[in-house]
Amino acid sequence: MLEVQNLSVNYRGNRALQDVSFFIPLGQLVGIIGPNGAGKSTLVEAMLNLIPATQGTVRFKGRALKNQLLKTSYVSQRSLVDWDYPITVWNVVMMAQTVQAGLFRGFNRQARHLAGAALERVGMYELRDRPIGELSGGQQQRVFLARALAKEAEFLIFDEPFTAVDRKTEDIIFEIFQELRAEGKTLMVINHDLGDSLAIYDQLLLLNKRLIAQGPRHEVVTSDNLERAYGRGLARVFA
Amino acid sequence: MLDLIIEPLSLSFMQRALMLGIFLGVLCAVVGSYMIVQRMGMLAHAISHSVMAGLPIAYVVGLALSFGALVSGVLSALVLYLIESRSRVKTDTAMALILTSFVAIGVTLVSVLPGANRIDLIHILFGNILGVTMTEVWWTLAVTVIGVILVRLFFKELLFYTFDPKGAQASGLPVRWYNAALIVAMTVTIVVCLPTVGALLVVALLVAPAATAYLLVKELHQMMWVGSIIGALSSVIGMYLSYYLDAPSGASIVLVSFCFFCLAFLFSPSDGLLSNFWTQRKRSRLVDQDPQFIDQESRLVDQEY
Repeated sequence: MLEVQNLSVNYRGNRALQDVSFFIPLGQLVGIIGPNGAGKSTLVEAMLNLIPATQGTVRFKGRALKNQLLKTSYVSQRSLVDWDYPITVWNVVMMAQTVQAGLFRGFNRQARHLAGAALERVGMYELRDRPIGELSGGQQQRVFLARALAKEAEFLIFDEPFTAVDRKTEDIIFEIFQELRAEGKTLMVINHDLGDSLAIYDQLLLLNKRLIAQGPRHEVVTSDNLERAYGRGLARVFA
Repeated sequence: MLDLIIEPLSLSFMQRALMLGIFLGVLCAVVGSYMIVQRMGMLAHAISHSVMAGLPIAYVVGLALSFGALVSGVLSALVLYLIESRSRVKTDTAMALILTSFVAIGVTLVSVLPGANRIDLIHILFGNILGVTMTEVWWTLAVTVIGVILVRLFFKELLFYTFDPKGAQASGLPVRWYNAALIVAMTVTIVVCLPTVGALLVVALLVAPAATAYLLVKELHQMMWVGSIIGALSSVIGMYLSYYLDAPSGASIVLVSFCFFCLAFLFSPSDGLLSNFWTQRKRSRLVDQDPQFIDQESRLVDQEY
């Protein structure tokens, strides 16, 4: 089980996240939704200890998540990455094994096999020698998905993986999310869109600094909840 | 022609300059490659000027000038980080503030501290590769060897960190240490380069060869290799120009490295301005000859996606 208790984050004197608590059973696909500036990215970054939390605990299978980063895979927002960086697709995916390989050591055959298999799975193996900057937005996102897969993590977090991707990539990502869930992995996905794409999630977390609602889509995406999160009702959010 | 190259090498100061130029070419390209992908060019500029504050203090206390420069450079980076992280002031403003203030400290201390006025500020500002001592050559070799070994040992970790800092941190890599190590490496490189090109021009040596390589190759390690060759060539050609034209050596080296950059900017096979122009022209000529060319091309692109 993933347990987050009383997680709060301050950013330059302002509350970015306040007393967020929730439990997620293992093997679920969870979507995080909320308006811009609601603290969605802040929540996952604080969970992974990428930014300091003022209070709160995050536990995965009973132990602090920050001490189990090898079991965790995180794909940040695409805007945080420099896509002109001189690097090939293959070397991006190999990064998944950087920590496992250990200091002063190269990658072994097993690591290379994992990277190759992950690239095959997202349909990018043929383009493995291409510079990352020469790919389309969707292809770049698939490479990052391959990197997450190559780590063989138990808990995977994706920050807006559907931004600037083509239909084919969207389908591949949906399919792989479902496969990962079937393998018993736990996934948290920040989703900007409130449309039909929410149907794939087992449950949703609706956030606006605080946790507004948690549960299946029909319980969370209600006029009342959206009014509380977005300050306007269902019809206007979808308008 | 060969005489023009060999004859100056009978002079011991030219031999020293040649060795130093090659070592610096390698060191600057390796460290400079990280600076480019990390967008640390302006930080290097600020540090390269800030080192001046440490010189008069080191001189008066009796320490090596380079040690004073190193401490002062690292200190300026720390103050910069403090201002950036603890206030709303943006990076460029903080850099302008630190750069000028540290230079002001240096200039003031040179006049105020007893004996410090013997420091040759012109030499610090502009350097002279033809005037370096053998000790400086050995120091540069030592720093280059250590730098290259460290980069080789930590290459995969630094690659991850510089490409995707958040991803690297989420994987448990000590990213703060890597960031600090890159800033220290950059400061050490700047200090080592000071006698050659001086504080005003040192950043060019770090940036130009690596930026030229950036336009030519597709991977970080290739950038380091190609940048090293371009850097060493720039130093050596600049040194000869300085010898024959009686021109300032630092400025000559910087201008040669800028010429290399211009060549890559115009003719790089993948990014060059003129190369792109010729490719476009060739393509439009093909379209004129065969209007179905566009259909075939877009079919190929569709297949790939």
